[in-house]
Amino acid sequence: MTDKPTKKPGDVETTGHSWDGIEEFNNPLPRWWLWTFYATIFWGVLYTIAYPAWPLISGATPGVLGYSTRAEVAADITRFEELNAPIEAKLEAADLTAISADAELANYTQNAGAAVFKTWCAQCHGAGAAGVQGQGYPNLLDDDWLWGGSIEDIHLTISHGIRNEEDPDARYSEMPAFGELLAEEEIAGVVQYVRQISGQEADAALATAGETVFLDNCAACHADDGTGDRFQGAPNLTDAIWLYGGSVDDITYTVENARFGVMPSWTSRLSEAEIRAVAAYVHGLGGGE
Amino acid sequence: MGILDKHKVLEKNATLLLVFSFLVVTVGGIVEIAPLFYLENTIEEVEGVRPYSPLELTGRDVYIREGCYVCHSQMIRPMRDEVERYGHYSLAAESMYDHPFQWGSKRTGPDLARVGGRYSDEWHVDHLRDPQSVVPESVMPKYGFLEDKLIEGEYVQDLMKTHALVGVPYTDEMIENAAADFKVQVDPWGDYDGLVERYPGAQVRNFDGQPGISEADALIAYLQMLGTLVDFSTFEPVASR
Ligand code: HEC
Ligand code: HEC
Ligand code: HEC
Repeated sequence: MTDKPTKKPGDVETTGHSWDGIEEFNNPLPRWWLWTFYATIFWGVLYTIAYPAWPLISGATPGVLGYSTRAEVAADITRFEELNAPIEAKLEAADLTAISADAELANYTQNAGAAVFKTWCAQCHGAGAAGVQGQGYPNLLDDDWLWGGSIEDIHLTISHGIRNEEDPDARYSEMPAFGELLAEEEIAGVVQYVRQISGQEADAALATAGETVFLDNCAACHADDGTGDRFQGAPNLTDAIWLYGGSVDDITYTVENARFGVMPSWTSRLSEAEIRAVAAYVHGLGGGE
Repeated sequence: MGILDKHKVLEKNATLLLVFSFLVVTVGGIVEIAPLFYLENTIEEVEGVRPYSPLELTGRDVYIREGCYVCHSQMIRPMRDEVERYGHYSLAAESMYDHPFQWGSKRTGPDLARVGGRYSDEWHVDHLRDPQSVVPESVMPKYGFLEDKLIEGEYVQDLMKTHALVGVPYTDEMIENAAADFKVQVDPWGDYDGLVERYPGAQVRNFDGQPGISEADALIAYLQMLGTLVDFSTFEPVASR
């Protein structure tokens, strides 16, 4: 055991506590630390005066700077709206068909439309707008249109959507489920007939029988030659492009249970300028008429 | 006895020190938390917000059970980029009947606070079954099993009672009709007038397009109502909140 160290002359004061003979030097805090500490207190007081802080009876002190997150985001949105206002006003006033001819509008709709598409449409139509084949999400790159490929048609489709419940102006049509309307062999026949007119391998005998079934039951919507009717959104059945699949199983399922492709309405979520931009963008993807 | 001498009593008694430390921390808690319950400008009354219907509440339970909140937030912050992408920023009142709230803290996937009506039911079915089939880049897991799990709603009344216990204003009438309301919300041919009266804006249809009520029905009913209750064409935000 060594001797306990003892206080030497010139050492700082002790705190006066003494536990079993052990004493504690009363070293002062480093000055830089102490002043930083005082500065934070001072800054804290200023902060609560400048910004909303102290709770009172019915509300909190608003702060002398009048800061509010809501006002800030509103101002930020207004700032960008004002920057875009001239071009958006021009876009809204323009004739839909004139957009692509105007270099300024064409350039704007290409970029703004692509941004809208990536945010609101890509989840269903794919990032590249190629859709999801066989699952009912149409490819927007080709010239095979369900409801029409002119810019007016596309604009109408996007504005109100298709077969949704929220928008009374949505495009609407309904293919009947033929599972209980037609006999099994009639369905087998018409399926083979659809295979035949779409240029796929088909049972010739069944297809011949199926032709009458088709003319009696399907032609009203899909047209006598099977090329479809855009007025009713009835797809062209003679091409190799399928919304829900062209295999015997897929077509049989479609005929027996029908299909009911739904797209939301966008008027309540997007501004008219945004809808026009994305319509022009889709129109310009390659299939526009 | 000086103040320092009195302080010595605390310093020498561990239990007493603990009790008094706790009291000091409580002051901070009272100053920070208590005003939230009475200050007028923290409690915003917003028209349209209502408790969840039995089916939606069940869907919400599935949402919590499956840990959807781990990857999805339900809190659109007041910033321009978020408002542009997801819609109007979230209001506190919109989660006033959430116990626990689903604000989340991580966005592996997008915010879902306003996902209601943004997609079709069919899309939700496709997406839950196999997210990569519609969004090839997605890292979201598959939840197809929810479609196969049929539910009868026998526990939904208890669930509502529990929520009533923690402050959700479910009326006796709502609790009494829980099981019936649960079933009728997926049956567009049923008599759902009472349901819509009790839960204004409730959407009634067969959400997963298949017979029977499955967990997918409940989950999609919940997703399709998220963020749809407040009509933002008439709502005027007060800047000071
Ligand atoms: C919930 C999924 C979904 C979203 C989101 C969606 N669509 Fe669609 N869209 C569909 C479906 C399904 C169809 C086909 C409907 C049918 O069967 O007639 C369709 C059809 C269309 C058509 C008509 C195609 C044709 O051949 O006539 C256009 C144009 C279109 N969508 C554009 C858009 C744009 C632009 C957006 C984004 C603002 C968008 N869609 C968002 C699902 C969606
Ligand atoms: C009342 C109008 C109507 C009648 C009648 C009708 N269809 Fe359709 N059909 C439609 C519509 C509309 C669609 C598109 C559904 C959708 O987009 O979700 C469609 C889709 C289809 C498809 C899917 C095409 C694809 O690209 O995947 C096939 C196949 C089809 N119909 C075959 C038939 C056959 C066969 C009959 C007769 C037995 C028939 N339809 C009768 C309106 C009709
Ligand atoms: C591993 C993380 C993860 C989990 C867990 C998860 N998701 Fe997702 N979710 C994602 C990602 C990433 C996306 C974006 C890509 C996509 O659309 O699939 C997404 C997208 C979505 C979307 C589309 C949102 C939009 O606006 O595009 C919905 C709805 C959704 N998820 C619901 C759910 C539900 C319900 C659950 C729980 C059953 C869940 N997610 C669990 C990662 C996750």
